[in-house]
Amino acid sequence: MLRSLARPSTWAGVATFVVLVVAWYVLTTFTQTIGSGRFPSPGETWEAFEQIALTGYADARLLAHVLHSVKLVLLGFAAATLVGVPLGLAMGASRSVEAFVNPAFLLIRPIPPLAWIPLAIVWLGLGDAAKVLIIWFAAFVPAVINSYSGVRTIEPYLIEAARMLGVPRRLFVREVLIPGALPMIFTGLRLSLQACWTTLVAGELIGAIAGLGHVLYQASLDIFPAMIVVGMAAVAITAAVMTVALGFVERRAMPWRSTR
Amino acid sequence: MIAFGASGALSFRRWLVLSLAGLIAFFGIWWITAASGAVPAQFLPTPLAVAERFVTLTQSPFVGYTLQQHLASSFGRFALGFGLAVAIGVPLGLLMGWFRWLDAVATPLFDALRFIAPIAWVPFAALWFGTGIGGPVLVIFSGAFPPCVINAYRGAKYVEPRLIEAAQTLGASHLRMIVEVLLPASVPSIVAGLRISAGLGWQSLVGAELIVASSGIGYLLVKGQSNISTATVMSGMIAIGIVGFTIDALLRMLERRINRRRGR
Repeated sequence: MLRSLARPSTWAGVATFVVLVVAWYVLTTFTQTIGSGRFPSPGETWEAFEQIALTGYADARLLAHVLHSVKLVLLGFAAATLVGVPLGLAMGASRSVEAFVNPAFLLIRPIPPLAWIPLAIVWLGLGDAAKVLIIWFAAFVPAVINSYSGVRTIEPYLIEAARMLGVPRRLFVREVLIPGALPMIFTGLRLSLQACWTTLVAGELIGAIAGLGHVLYQASLDIFPAMIVVGMAAVAITAAVMTVALGFVERRAMPWRSTR
Repeated sequence: MIAFGASGALSFRRWLVLSLAGLIAFFGIWWITAASGAVPAQFLPTPLAVAERFVTLTQSPFVGYTLQQHLASSFGRFALGFGLAVAIGVPLGLLMGWFRWLDAVATPLFDALRFIAPIAWVPFAALWFGTGIGGPVLVIFSGAFPPCVINAYRGAKYVEPRLIEAAQTLGASHLRMIVEVLLPASVPSIVAGLRISAGLGWQSLVGAELIVASSGIGYLLVKGQSNISTATVMSGMIAIGIVGFTIDALLRMLERRINRRRGR
């Protein structure tokens, strides 16, 4: 932290942000080059933030919207991990399982998660269940693919050594297969967490009763640019926090990997 | 005992039998669930009904256009957004890789903007550009832009220092350095970035069209949804999958051809 403060590039970054904020303030408030119908001024944005944080907007306060969205993402993400990782491990470990599952998987794979949204709404309506379903789809494919490739990247001599020593299957899975595949699995989880978040925001924009996407939707209906900016910032900050949290879990789950 | 680990390739016959069994199981379960009437046909049509609907959509217009026309207008938007992202992103990435000050200024900004999901641009896209072509293009652009920049930047950063030193000794200008040294050396990285970028762009397009569009494949999905016509929605999903797959396959071909020519 301290070392990064001493680097000139850090200061250049900070300076850029300061210049941008000043430019934003000047263009919207002093010269009014950018009308408030197009992009809000810093003052309006702060007021919008105060409104949603304290009195609430789109039926709830900011914190409630964020928690609602995060809860759905974690639910769908956990469900997809619980199904996808074992399936990917099985496909990686056994050519027979791979041959059986792969054709159906290849058919589903090119369909982007966002395209499942209308189907989920037809099936489950506008409530939370539909959101969890589409998040499940967003996280499922990367979880399977990365667990599968994780197994395939295990050094063959480890597998041969285990087999030669006659390691029983359960021990093999626990001591060789899972630890060997774990780095790739986490890479996949990180990617899929981002996909989940994007998908959820899209799902909430299309139809929802609460959540950050719903805030964005309501703000664009009301033509309330300041609230759109607040919503976008909340989406970005929440995504950043979740990514950092997953990185923390990753380091705890793989203590044998040297930390950066 | 079933072989575990990355060994024991299956015989072709066993592979074929298992793959066919997998496909039959997939469609079989779908068919039986749909045909048994446990789920109303409106919500889960049989695979055959979806195929029929798909063919109908290519022949008679749905919400104004046939399936091909919807796809064509989607693809036009995609090409525009993706083209803009490549035309701005790749040069920007190369410049960031060469000029230290630009790197120091642009990277933190870029890192901050990257966390905004492309789809979160939808409200501003609608506000600034409306539902015609501009709105979706902005969303596609915001999805496709980051991988273009990041990969061009990485490519430029990992150019062999020897090449750069040689060019500098010969007195190459900044422009020639970027165009004749950094660009050719980063082509593999850039092409890999284009694949990621096209995939994200296509996804963002679908998302954008679900919300801000009055034509296109995403619009077809939404209209199918509001008519509770699951067969239409599924046909649209299949079309999206096919186009996405084709785009990726074409770029993969390009990637292979370029890498082969460079003797890797």
